[in-house]
Amino acid sequence: MAGFGNFTHAIVRAIPGSFATGALRTENLEEVDPNRALREKKAYVAVLRELGLEVLELPADESMPDCVFVEDCAVVCGDTALLTRPGAPSRRGEVEEMKTALTNLSLNVVEMTDETATLDGGDVLFTGAEFFVGLSKRTNQRGAEILADTFKDYAVSTVPVSHGLHLKSFCSMAGPGLIAIGSSQTAQRALKTMQQLSDHKYDKLTVPDDAAANCVYINMPGKGHILLHVTPEQFPESAKVFEKLKDYTLIPVSNLENVKVDGALSCCLVLANKLARV
Amino acid sequence: MTTEVGSEPEVKKEPEKSPEEQEAEQQTNPSESAPNGDAEPQPAPDNAENAEAEPAPSDPLSTPSPDGQKKEKGISRFLPPWLKRQKSNSQAEPRDGHAPTDTPTQPPTQEELEDGQEEEGPKGEGTAVQPTGGAQEVQSGEEESPVANAETQPVKQKEGEEWAPESGVPSALKLGKKMKITVCHVTLLDGTQFPCEVEKRAKGQYLFSKVCEHLNLLEKDYFGLSFKDNTDQRCWLDPTKEIKHQIHNSQWQFAFSVKFYPPDPSQLTEDITRYLLCLQLRQDISLGRLPCSFVTHALLGSYTLQAELGDYDPDQHRSDYIAQFHFAPTQTKELEVKLAELHKSHKGMTPAQADIQFLENAKKLSMYGVDLHHAKDSEGVDIMLGVCANGLLIYKDRLRINRFAWPKILKISYKRCNFYIKIRPGETEQFESTVGFKLPNHRAAKRIWKVCVEHHTFFRLTSPEQPVKSKFLTLGSRFRYSGRTQAQTRQASALIHRSPPDFQRTSSKRSARSLDGAPVVSVSDHTHPLVSTHAAGPGENGRDSALELYSDSKREPRVQGENIYVRHSKLMLEDLDKTQEEVLRHQASVSELKRSFMEAAPEPRPDQWDKRLTGSPATSLHLQAHGKSPTRLESALSDSRDISKSTEDDQSSGLNGQPEVIEVVEETVVIEEVVRVARPQSSAPETAATEPALEGKDEGSASSDSESEEEAEYHPQLSGSAHLIREDPEEEEQEVGLNQEAPPAALKPCIIREDVTDEAAATAANMAEPADAQQQEGEVLVIPEKAPNGHTHDSEAPPTLFDEEEEPSFVNGDVSHVEGEHAPQVICCSEPPVVKTEMVTISDTFSAQKAEITTKEVPIVHTETKTITYEAAQLDGSGDVEPGVLMTAHTITSESLCTTTTTHITKTLKGGLSETRIEKRIVITGDSDIDHDQALAQAIKEAKEQHPDMSVTRVVVHKETDLAEEDE
Repeated sequence: MAGFGNFTHAIVRAIPGSFATGALRTENLEEVDPNRALREKKAYVAVLRELGLEVLELPADESMPDCVFVEDCAVVCGDTALLTRPGAPSRRGEVEEMKTALTNLSLNVVEMTDETATLDGGDVLFTGAEFFVGLSKRTNQRGAEILADTFKDYAVSTVPVSHGLHLKSFCSMAGPGLIAIGSSQTAQRALKTMQQLSDHKYDKLTVPDDAAANCVYINMPGKGHILLHVTPEQFPESAKVFEKLKDYTLIPVSNLENVKVDGALSCCLVLANKLARV
Repeated sequence: MTTEVGSEPEVKKEPEKSPEEQEAEQQTNPSESAPNGDAEPQPAPDNAENAEAEPAPSDPLSTPSPDGQKKEKGISRFLPPWLKRQKSNSQAEPRDGHAPTDTPTQPPTQEELEDGQEEEGPKGEGTAVQPTGGAQEVQSGEEESPVANAETQPVKQKEGEEWAPESGVPSALKLGKKMKITVCHVTLLDGTQFPCEVEKRAKGQYLFSKVCEHLNLLEKDYFGLSFKDNTDQRCWLDPTKEIKHQIHNSQWQFAFSVKFYPPDPSQLTEDITRYLLCLQLRQDISLGRLPCSFVTHALLGSYTLQAELGDYDPDQHRSDYIAQFHFAPTQTKELEVKLAELHKSHKGMTPAQADIQFLENAKKLSMYGVDLHHAKDSEGVDIMLGVCANGLLIYKDRLRINRFAWPKILKISYKRCNFYIKIRPGETEQFESTVGFKLPNHRAAKRIWKVCVEHHTFFRLTSPEQPVKSKFLTLGSRFRYSGRTQAQTRQASALIHRSPPDFQRTSSKRSARSLDGAPVVSVSDHTHPLVSTHAAGPGENGRDSALELYSDSKREPRVQGENIYVRHSKLMLEDLDKTQEEVLRHQASVSELKRSFMEAAPEPRPDQWDKRLTGSPATSLHLQAHGKSPTRLESALSDSRDISKSTEDDQSSGLNGQPEVIEVVEETVVIEEVVRVARPQSSAPETAATEPALEGKDEGSASSDSESEEEAEYHPQLSGSAHLIREDPEEEEQEVGLNQEAPPAALKPCIIREDVTDEAAATAANMAEPADAQQQEGEVLVIPEKAPNGHTHDSEAPPTLFDEEEEPSFVNGDVSHVEGEHAPQVICCSEPPVVKTEMVTISDTFSAQKAEITTKEVPIVHTETKTITYEAAQLDGSGDVEPGVLMTAHTITSESLCTTTTTHITKTLKGGLSETRIEKRIVITGDSDIDHDQALAQAIKEAKEQHPDMSVTRVVVHKETDLAEEDE
C-alpha cells in the first residue's frame, strides 16, 4: 500500500449550464444555485492546483448535465485506466472526453464494451490493496467483473448498496488503510460486508453524516497526508471528526450545491499518477 | 465402538485405529488389517525427517528390522510383498547397487520396470524402509506416543539411506509374497522428470521423502505430491497412505508442487525453498492460474530473467532473448519489451535476491495461494470456492462475494456432494449458521473438505490435531492433516544449519532448451539474509493479522460451552424468554446470510479462472483412465463400516446440515433400551449412537442417506489437541478460553489437552451402578449433580485460561460456580467453542466414548443445545468390538400433544446371540408453560412400562433453545 494516494494529475470537468436543472438526482432537495455551484467548483480546483497536482479541466458539454462528475467515468489504478459504462444511459457520452484525457496521460486505457455491463466510478472504492465495488442502481455484477479483469492483481469484492446512489456516497478512503464511513445503517452494513470480505485490516473513521464520509485523500510528496473533507458549516459534527486526525493537512471544501444532486467531494475528480510504474 | 486401549493384545488394535486406518483397511483384505497401529504415530515419520540432515546411524539398521518382522507375522499387511521375494533373486538388476539418491540417474530401463515390476528381485534399497518403518510404528503405537520417540527416529532416518543390508534379510523370504517394485515418475517444478523406484506398497511419505531428498529440500512441508485421478482432477497424495490405494489404476505419475503457499515467503529459511516456490509460481502465472496484470507480469518476469540469466548483457541478450521464455498466458511483444526494460534495472541483483523480489511481489496478488474449486451455491448459481491460508473465499465469476476466515468457521463437513461450513455468529447475529455448497460430485466435496482441513491445520494451528483415535464412532473420513504446521516447519527451519546447498536454477524456457543448456547458478555464495529465527510466530505472516478487522466489535457476553453442570431439574427453565420475534429475527439473519451468496448472477462464463482450478497443476501428467469407474475410487477411500454401524451412521447423518430449529424450546429425550438375550458380556454392539438420531425429525431427508462414507466433518476450532495460532486480539478474546491457545512459541502439542474420555471415565468410576429402573429414574435427576465432583479434582487446565469468559446470562445461579473452571475442560475437546452445549456424561468407561459422540454431534445450528447423557454402567464386555450383524431395524413414530416419540428398534445378531436395542426419541416441544422435567420423567416412565423386560442403558437429554438475546 506504499504510495497510496500518490497522484500527479487531477482530471476535472467544467460545469455545464444545464447542470442546475438537468443533473440527475435521487432526492428532490432544493434547487441548485448555479452560481454558487460555479464558485464552489472554482475553489475546489484551486485547492487541487495548490496542492501541486496538474489539473486537467475538460470542457463542459451542455448535453450532459452530469458531466462534472467525472469520477463515474473512469477508474484509474496504477498505469491502467478503466473507462466505465455509466449506469445512467444519459451519462454514457461523458466517457469520450475522459478517454481522450486519459490516453493523453499515456495510461493503459481499457474500455468497457460489454453492453450488459454498467459501472459508475462512484461505486468503486480502491483501498490500496483491493477493490470494493458497490452493486447499486448504477453498477452491476458484470461491470464489477470487467473491473476485476482489468485490475487482475487485486481482489475485487462486491458490496450490495441498498440505499443511496453509490458505494462512495457514504464511504471513502481517508488515508492508507483508513476508511471513512457514515453512520447510517446502509453505511454500517456495507462496512461490515467489506470487513468480512477483506484479508486486510482497515481502520475506520466513522462520521455522523453519510455524505460527509466522502472525502479525498491525497499524499503529495513533501506534503504528507492531505485530506479534502466537508466543511463545518455543512456538516458540523462530521467535520469535528476529521479535525481529530493527526498529521494531516486538512482542507475543508464546501460542497453545498453538488450535494443536492448527489455529488460528493470525490465525484468531481479523477486522480492519476502518471509516474505510476511498478 | 469400545476402546480398551491399553489392555488388548497388540495385534488387536482395532479400537485404536484411527478412522483413516479404517479407511485404508477397507481397501485391503481383513487379514491384512491388523497392523494399523501405524497410523497413530503418524507424526513420527514427519518429525523424524527433520533429522535427515543429520548423519543417520546405519548400524542400528538391523536391530529394528527383525523386530519389525516378528511383529509382522500376524500382520501380513505390513509385509511388503517384495521382501518375500528377495530370495527369488531372479534378476540382478544393475539398479541394486544404487543408493536411492542415485535414482535420478538411473538407467532408462526403468521404464521396463513398470511392466515387469513383479520380477524385480532383490531390490531392497529404498523400499525396504517401508516395512521396517511400519513395524516400528506398530511398536510406538502401543505406547500411544504419536510423536517421534527415540526408537522411531533412527528408523526413519534410514529412510533416506541405502538399504542394501536390508535386502539380505532372510525373514523376508519366508513370507512368500511377491515383492513388487514400481517406478514412480515425478514431474518436478523445473519440468524435469524424476523417476523413483518404490515398493508397490510404499506410502506416499516414502516417495515424497525421496523426491525431497533428490531436490535437497529441507523445508518440505510447504510441498506435496499430486496426481490426477481418473477424472483428471488433481489430488494430493496422502503421505500416510499407500500410494497404490490412492492412485488406483492410474499411472504412477506425480507432480511435485507447492501445497501450502507461504503467505510470507521471506520467512522461508533457505533459498532453495524460495527457488522452488518461484518455480511453482512461474508455472502458475504462465498457465494463467495466478492472474496478474500486465505490469506485474513484466515485473515478475524481469525478476525471473535476473535470477536465471543474471545481469542484462547487451551482447548476450539480443532482442529476442526473452521470447524463449514463457512468462504469461499470452505473451505480447509489448510485454517482452517491458520485461527487458525492467531486467536492465535489476543489475547487480543476485539470483536469490531476484527470487525474493519475485516472491515479494507475487505474494501480494489476490489469488496467491488460493486453491479454487468449482461449486454451486444453494440456489444453483455457479461459484468458486477458494481455500487459502486465511480461510475460505467465495467467488462468483472473478468477484469475491464472501469470505470466511478460519476463526469464523466452526465446522467443516461434507456429505455426498455437499460441502458445509458452520459459521460462528457475527456480532449482530445470534445464531450459528451453516452454509452449504454443492460440488460437482462427492469426490470433489471430499477433496475440498480435505484441502480445508489441511489448510486450516497448517496455517492456523501450531500443531496438528492429535490423530483421532476411534474412541467414538463418527462418520466418514477421519482424515486429518498429519504433517507439520507452518509454525512447526518454521521452527524446524530455524534449526537448519547446513551451508546453503548448491542447486541449479534451470531455465524457464525449459521447453525450448534442455537442462544442460541452462545457466548454472550456484547459490552457495549467497548469504542467508532471512534465516528465520522467529519461532512459530503465530500471526506474523501479515495475512493472519488481517483477519477479523475492526475491533469495535464487542463480543457477545456469551459463554461458550459452559454451564455443563446445570442440574437437570432446572435444565429447561432458564431461558424461556424467547419471543416469536427473536425467532423471526433469527430466520431473517439466516436468510440474509443466504442472500449474500446469491447476488444476481449474470451469465457465468468460462474464463481463465478455470485454468486455476485444482485440476490443472499436474499439467505434465498424462494419466490414462483405466476404465475404472469413479465410484470405485471413492469407495476405496471411504471408511469401512460394518452393517450395523452404518445403520447408526445413517441415523446420525441427520446431524449435518441441521436446519434451523424454530421451536422455542425443544427438549429431546432419547431412551435406549437394550434387551440382552445373551449373557451380559456379549455386549451390545456399538449401536449406542443414539444422539445422532435426535435430529432425525428436523433433517429427515438427510438422515435417510445410507452412504455414510460420503461424509465427514472437521471442527476447526476444536483444539483440545491442537493449538491455535494467535489471532487478532478480538479473536483471541473470543477464543482464548476455549481453545486453550498455547503461547506462540510453545510448539509442543497439547500441553494442556484434556481427554473427555478419561474424565468421563473418572466420573463414572465414582458412580454407583444404576442398572435398575428406579435408579435410572433417580439418576436422571441426581447424577448430574455428582458429576461436577467427579471433575473437581481435575485441574489440568489452568483456570486462568478462562478468565475472559463471561458468565452466561442464561445459566441458573446454582451452577455457575463450577462452570467457569470446569466446563471448558469437557467441552473444549469435543465441541466447537461457540456452540452452546451442555453435556454431562455419566457412564461406564466404555460408553463414555459414546457420550462423546453425543457432544460431537450435538451442535445444532442456531440454537442453544444442552445434552445430558445418562448411561448405565452395566454395558458390554467392552472388548467386544465386533458389531454383529444387523437383523432388523425399524422405526415407529407417534405423536401426542407436545411430544413426538420416535422408536427405533434394531435387532442385531452377534455370535449367535441376538440383541434387541430400542431407541426412543422423544421430542418435547413447547415453551415455558410446559414442565419439561415432568414430561421427561413421564416419558422415561412410560418407556419403562412399555418394555418391562428391558433395561434402560442410556438416557440422553438434549435440550435446544433459541439463544437469549445478546447485545452486540
